[in-house]
Amino acid sequence: MIEILPDKCDFCGCCVGVCPEDAIELKEAEISIIDERCTNCSKCIWSCPIEVIVFNKEGILIDQFKSVKSV
Amino acid sequence: MKREYDIIVVGAGPAGSMAARFAAELGVSVLMLEKDRDVGYPVRCGEAISKAGVEEFIDSDERWIRAHITKFCFIAPDESEVSLQFDTKQEGYVLERRIFDYELARTAADAGAEILTRAYVNGLIFDDDKVSGVKYVYQSEQKELKAKIVIAADGVESRVGRWAGLKTHIDFRDMECCTQITAANIQIDQNTLYFYFGKDVSPQGYFWIFPKGNNVANIGLGVSGMIGKKRSAQSFLNSFMDKHYPNAPILTTIAGGVPSAVTLDKISAPGIALVGDAARQVNPLSGGGIASGMIGGSIAGRIAAEAVKRNRLDHLLTYDKAWNDRLGKRHVIFNGIKEGIFNFSDEKFNKIANAVIKIPYEKRTLGKVFTTALINQPSLLVDVAKVFIV
Repeated sequence: MIEILPDKCDFCGCCVGVCPEDAIELKEAEISIIDERCTNCSKCIWSCPIEVIVFNKEGILIDQFKSVKSV
Repeated sequence: MKREYDIIVVGAGPAGSMAARFAAELGVSVLMLEKDRDVGYPVRCGEAISKAGVEEFIDSDERWIRAHITKFCFIAPDESEVSLQFDTKQEGYVLERRIFDYELARTAADAGAEILTRAYVNGLIFDDDKVSGVKYVYQSEQKELKAKIVIAADGVESRVGRWAGLKTHIDFRDMECCTQITAANIQIDQNTLYFYFGKDVSPQGYFWIFPKGNNVANIGLGVSGMIGKKRSAQSFLNSFMDKHYPNAPILTTIAGGVPSAVTLDKISAPGIALVGDAARQVNPLSGGGIASGMIGGSIAGRIAAEAVKRNRLDHLLTYDKAWNDRLGKRHVIFNGIKEGIFNFSDEKFNKIANAVIKIPYEKRTLGKVFTTALINQPSLLVDVAKVFIV
């Protein structure tokens, strides 16, 4: 599952613009992924200028370069 | 607030404000909704624009001009610098957008538009298949408001258009993913825009340093989402600053996205028109979107108001052609050039820079620099030719 680290997000909207499924909801300083729509295509991860979108694999958060962000 | 409006504009950036103003000037009722607390803030932008681009819409005002630009400086990967001076008639500005955007919104208000901040639009309402208003959250309450026409100026995210069935999502390769800072103690010429190119600095994009007076500068870069797969914009910014300005105090830090592509195939549908970044109206070569957004907004605002006044809502659909005739077709050409430059190696950039440096400084015009670039990079000529032929 893809997850956005809320404390690090800058709410810029890059990920929303590239999401083919309209699966990201962005308010002024709140962001969330609509899990039912997300297909894990990873385009949001590649487009994030500040590396705050990660994979959540059974509770372990890892970035696209496979380094663990937090457990 | 009224119970119903002729036109609702979603988003109060430059494109939204001009749509609201040009519609209100024709005497129709207009409401502009902004999701953030403030119009004009946060600023996700390099803030450079030509004087002509500004003055089509608002008289120049030193309150929101931070620098007067009469020179470009391009820095190749081998650090050779190519400068290009232009006369003051072609002057450019670096803006203070938090004031500039606010003033643009004020001109919309002066024309009669109503404005509401912290109003988050999260859906559309339909009458058969025609868009007939918006759903929005205001002070934690879900509300609805009817309108004859909705103008979506919701920026890079461009979700409002999707809800109306338009394909607005942008290919990640065309998204320029940006990080930027404003930093102090940056000793550069205060009338020059600096652009850096190369694979170590900003591949498939460029790195900018734009002066904002008193040695404060807007510094940032954009890289294509294709590059972001391997290395983020933030990582490029950190390396550059460590190398060139390790001790510069940083006043703001922000991320942003610039949709650098041709305009969407369709920017209007029954009851709705898209403007600015939401319509992908950014100049895809420069990444500049303030002037083109204002132009798109003004055209849509005028046509929407005409449609309401004539009681001929299908008139709105003429907006696509009006935009394409004014700028859209030109953006197709710019996008072709961008795609040519995307594939340049550092060696090509260096070769071009070193050829241009040989043109005497006083004889350098943008046309001459471009011609020299073409002669030294014949494949670019093919790219340019292709876009003119098609």
